[in-house]
Amino acid sequence: MSPAVLCLSTILGIVALGTAVGFLAGVHRRMDLEQWTVGGRGFGVVLIFLLMAGEVYTTFAFLGASGWAYSRGGPVLYVLAYLTLAYVVSFFILPQIWEVGRKHGLQTQSDFFLVRYGSKYLAGLVCVVGIISFVPYLQLQITGVGIIVSVASYDGIGRTPAMVGAVVLLVAFVFASGVRAVAWVSIVKDVLMVFAALAIGIGVPSMHFGGIAPMFAALAHARPAHLTMPGATANLGHAWFVSTVLLTSFGFYMWPHGFGATFTAKSADTLRRNAVVMPLYTLTLVFIFFAGFAAVLVLPGLSNGDLALLTVVRKSFPPWFLGVVGGAGALTAMVPASIFILTAATLFAKNLYRPLLAPTMTDDQVARLARAMVIVLGLISLSLAVFSTTSLVSLLLTGYAGVTQFFPGVVLGLYWKRVTAPAVFVGMIAGVVAAVFLMLSHRDPLFGLSAGFLALCLNFLIVIGLSLLTTAPAGDAATAAADSWSEAR
Amino acid sequence: MRKPAPGALLLALIPFVTMCFAVPLWDRIEPMVLGLPFNLFWLIAWIVLTPLCMWAAYRLERARRTPGERLP
Repeated sequence: MSPAVLCLSTILGIVALGTAVGFLAGVHRRMDLEQWTVGGRGFGVVLIFLLMAGEVYTTFAFLGASGWAYSRGGPVLYVLAYLTLAYVVSFFILPQIWEVGRKHGLQTQSDFFLVRYGSKYLAGLVCVVGIISFVPYLQLQITGVGIIVSVASYDGIGRTPAMVGAVVLLVAFVFASGVRAVAWVSIVKDVLMVFAALAIGIGVPSMHFGGIAPMFAALAHARPAHLTMPGATANLGHAWFVSTVLLTSFGFYMWPHGFGATFTAKSADTLRRNAVVMPLYTLTLVFIFFAGFAAVLVLPGLSNGDLALLTVVRKSFPPWFLGVVGGAGALTAMVPASIFILTAATLFAKNLYRPLLAPTMTDDQVARLARAMVIVLGLISLSLAVFSTTSLVSLLLTGYAGVTQFFPGVVLGLYWKRVTAPAVFVGMIAGVVAAVFLMLSHRDPLFGLSAGFLALCLNFLIVIGLSLLTTAPAGDAATAAADSWSEAR
Repeated sequence: MRKPAPGALLLALIPFVTMCFAVPLWDRIEPMVLGLPFNLFWLIAWIVLTPLCMWAAYRLERARRTPGERLP
């Protein structure tokens, strides 16, 4: 058997195993809208942990983070800081969001804005921004599968056919099973991911340098500037680090799927305890970094940093092992991608289409429309992945610049009574427009600060300023919403 | 929503200061610790220490809950 065939069949076997676990989880349950989207609201610590971990450790962590360790060096450390701090932030907002969710029967992030601010236009805006921000994130995962299959086939299979195959499987999977399946596939994926990360992170430096410490000693001698900020970049220094860590740690749970996963928890306390232990999960990533840093000296001159991890594995390990890593990698792309597709499709059908265009639709019709949207979204992100060449980390940061604009509306909505719907609406639009403008005009970073962070600051200033100026008149829907809100406790 | 306990917020501020704001102080290679560049070692140390801070914050929040509230 040729190495490529052995390697690809291992990948296929792993993906099939993961998918089978998912399908089995979906059998024997009637899939109404609530079961499909929030799993009947009964997930305990373990399932929630897996669901949230499934969303965190995506292709971005696997290929993107090692790719940046390889191509940029020091600035990649932001990933360790932001993931840890994101859980710290979550400790103060997720349990509160869950309480509101239980009281009002919320299923999506947009529901939250609707209940808190009493404005269906604001809720619609949240949907639109959420779905648009998903696109680069989804594109990231599909690109990742393309990279995996083409490296694993020893460049025999092109990226485009690989991406098409991935999308077909993805859509079939989401269709059949819903959120519970995703949580169970996460188990397969996480076990493989931890195994692969440890083996690569320890194995690659040992084979080429005789250990992790000698590897860093060699790197510190040969390329000292690579290990600190700004590394191999011109403008990703300390100000960029601080602003990007703040942007992404505030934005982490603003992703519609992370926010929505909150509602699947059994209790607020589940979420609090999760927030305490989740930072430890970040340690797996450290090993992925080791492999990325090792590749700097082992494989100098790769044109695309995102290929670094798999190429260094292919150079160091036998084909079957590349297959296992590729299979783990493919699942780390498929699991989050199915969560994104599921969330975006539900948001579109339930929070955008029904309230604004077809108020008479029944829950069953909404569920059918959501399933149709799964196909549409799969095709959109596939076509973008085929025609784009952006690095995986840049795709992620683009999405973050969008979703973090929800943060003022969520955190002020929870803790500040005076905040008003028009203020949040204007602030969010200003934040998104500012972020898009700065990025499209290549002004990111601006004055050394991340563009998304500057947009977030503008958003906060506008929301606070306008809230102090606008007071909702008595009897207004927003006031009623705010009142029923404060009675929630 | 009830505001978080001030003590819990202070505990949460610790990892923000050490991992994020203090970056100019720790972003260097020397001294290497356990064979790792100092910046990487520092972040790994705080990944492990952050759950301790948040565990203390959790205890504070739990102690503050009103007696009528259902405990898990």
